[in-house]
Amino acid sequence: MSKVKVDQNAADFIYMDDIHQPTHDKNLWNARMKRDTAASGIPEWEQMRDLASQIKEHTLTHLDHYVQQFVTEATKRGVTVHFAKDDIEHNQTVYDILKSHHATKIVKSKSMLQEECDMGAFLEARGIELIETDLGERIQQLSGEMPSHIVMPAIHKTTADVAELFARTIGTDPNEDDPKQLTEAMRNNARPKFLEAHAGLTGANFAIAETGAFVVCTNEGNADLTASIPPLHIASIGIEKILPKTKDLGLFIRLLSRSALGTPATRYTSHFMGPRESGTEMHIVLTDNGRSRRLGMEDFWRSLKCIRCGACMNTCPVYRRSGGLAYGATYSGPIGIIIDPTFDESKFSELPFHSSLCGSCSEVCPVRINIAEQIGLWRQRMVNINESSKTLHYAFGAVEKVFANPKLFRLAEKAAYYGMKLTPNWLLYHKKLNAWGKHRELPEIKKETFRDWYIKNRLKK
Amino acid sequence: MRVGLFIPCYIDAIYPEVGIATLELLERLGVDVVVPLNQTCCGQPMGNEGDQKNAASSEQLFCDNFENFDYIVGPAGSCVKHVRMHFDAIPQTKKVEHVRKNTYELVEFLTDILQVKEFPWATYNHKVAVHNSCSAIRGLHIQSRSEWQEPYFNKTEDLLSKVEGVTIERITRPDECCGFGGTFCVTDEAVSVKMGQDKVADYMQHEVTCIVSPDMSCLMHQEGIAKRQKAPLKFVHIAQVLNNGPF
Repeated sequence: MSKVKVDQNAADFIYMDDIHQPTHDKNLWNARMKRDTAASGIPEWEQMRDLASQIKEHTLTHLDHYVQQFVTEATKRGVTVHFAKDDIEHNQTVYDILKSHHATKIVKSKSMLQEECDMGAFLEARGIELIETDLGERIQQLSGEMPSHIVMPAIHKTTADVAELFARTIGTDPNEDDPKQLTEAMRNNARPKFLEAHAGLTGANFAIAETGAFVVCTNEGNADLTASIPPLHIASIGIEKILPKTKDLGLFIRLLSRSALGTPATRYTSHFMGPRESGTEMHIVLTDNGRSRRLGMEDFWRSLKCIRCGACMNTCPVYRRSGGLAYGATYSGPIGIIIDPTFDESKFSELPFHSSLCGSCSEVCPVRINIAEQIGLWRQRMVNINESSKTLHYAFGAVEKVFANPKLFRLAEKAAYYGMKLTPNWLLYHKKLNAWGKHRELPEIKKETFRDWYIKNRLKK
Repeated sequence: MRVGLFIPCYIDAIYPEVGIATLELLERLGVDVVVPLNQTCCGQPMGNEGDQKNAASSEQLFCDNFENFDYIVGPAGSCVKHVRMHFDAIPQTKKVEHVRKNTYELVEFLTDILQVKEFPWATYNHKVAVHNSCSAIRGLHIQSRSEWQEPYFNKTEDLLSKVEGVTIERITRPDECCGFGGTFCVTDEAVSVKMGQDKVADYMQHEVTCIVSPDMSCLMHQEGIAKRQKAPLKFVHIAQVLNNGPF
């Protein structure tokens, strides 16, 4: 698989026009600001983050126990629980359930796990008609794109983009770009599909070991329709979504939407506790897809604490300039940088380098994942397995000898002044020699270094 | 108190005046300052890129140079953060532990160790914006983190407010990364530049004339962008303001 060239993709987003990137930045920065305001209204916010982190770490370090308990309790409630070790098993399991129910038309609400498994393409290739019911996901489905953000999948698009897309795909007036009207048009287009659907697919935000119930949080209510109208409900749940007890939920519900969008809670926080009535079925596909392997990675297992709020993306200055599609992966932004390489180290080897290491992601994370630190550790990993940029890596071999030897270093400083005159690249010996000067003036290397001055003015006096 | 002055490589070569200001300031404050002449680079460029193998010799040399000082002070937050928090490419001997624990960034050294109350020799008649680097904020914690629900503080602002003539203006996104990020500024040129341009636009919108920072590396990037845009902004290190020059 070829490497994702995240820096080039980001440059394309920035230079596309004067509208998309600035709008993207502004909208997500606003989400971060709203999050700050919402968090500031809760005096115990920092303790909540501590507690949430501890609960997640406890659960993850006793996951075998809690998975078993969850399955036992869910089964008692009349739910059929399936295990899937990877994306292929997940998709095949979902397909087999659909097939055995002769379900060919399905509606689904947002599930990052189903995205991760590329389930849509798998089912469509087998003749299943699948409709995304989350507005953002539907926009992405109609565009043939991955979600660019885990909470706001189409946030990289402008309302004009959506107007054009809807005009082309669902027949709205191309001149209508009022968000309310567009939302209404999409609703009207989607509602009949709920009534026709043979099955509804959802994800889950939390699964409760104690009760075997699971919780889905949305703002559009689409998951509720998806789960409540068709006779068959299939929920895809990653094993890391489990919490021990119902009483743990309050904490996570309070953290989730405040961190994501700055609202006290999602508009719909729906608890699913078994099939609705006789004649309906509920299935859970409990999926690993690399999670247990990640749990065994000493440096990276804490990424499993993630509750998919997207706060790290909203705060990330690099993500806001890059757009989520630049990452070429299911998960983008800081959390994507530390999760994606666990799926494919070679394909995503440049992701950890697409960060200014500002550290805001770690500070905003509601479950205190050490995201920035893990980005640094992924860089080390990429260097150790020779997946990092060859030009940089070899260059450091040369520069290391200079830095390790004070005499060579002085010579290099003088050479920089007299000879190369003048790029800070002399510090790096970087091959992209032009990269500094394209949009920046070069600093001036002084003839008299501080050390020269010090010798002259302090030691020789 | 014997202090080893840590002058990062790029300050030595590009901003000697910042080194001079830092040295003179510490001397004025009665500190016994020595500059080890064999210092080169702390190893941050390699360490940040994940290249521990090539960071090791720089880290070792740094510790050799500074092991015999009570404190090591450097006018650069990101380099100091590297020493204190990421010097792990080499074995963690007692010597290394001593160096890591006692290496201070200038603003925190003035605030927490020397507890300087006034700079009567300094005047700076400018409306300034303060730029604390990400390393200094989220690593060294010289400023409260906007992500946290914690009381506001800003050690850089506190020091600057003791200088006659300084007016501090807070920009819209004061702790947004400017996009320097070490090697990131060349490996991810488009994003780095856009972040810098947005930072410069924020300064212009707030009509400041001068940006003061304890981190010259961020300013090297920001100044490069401002100059290219012909934006009338001055970029100075806080040591220059507190010492009343040289500029």
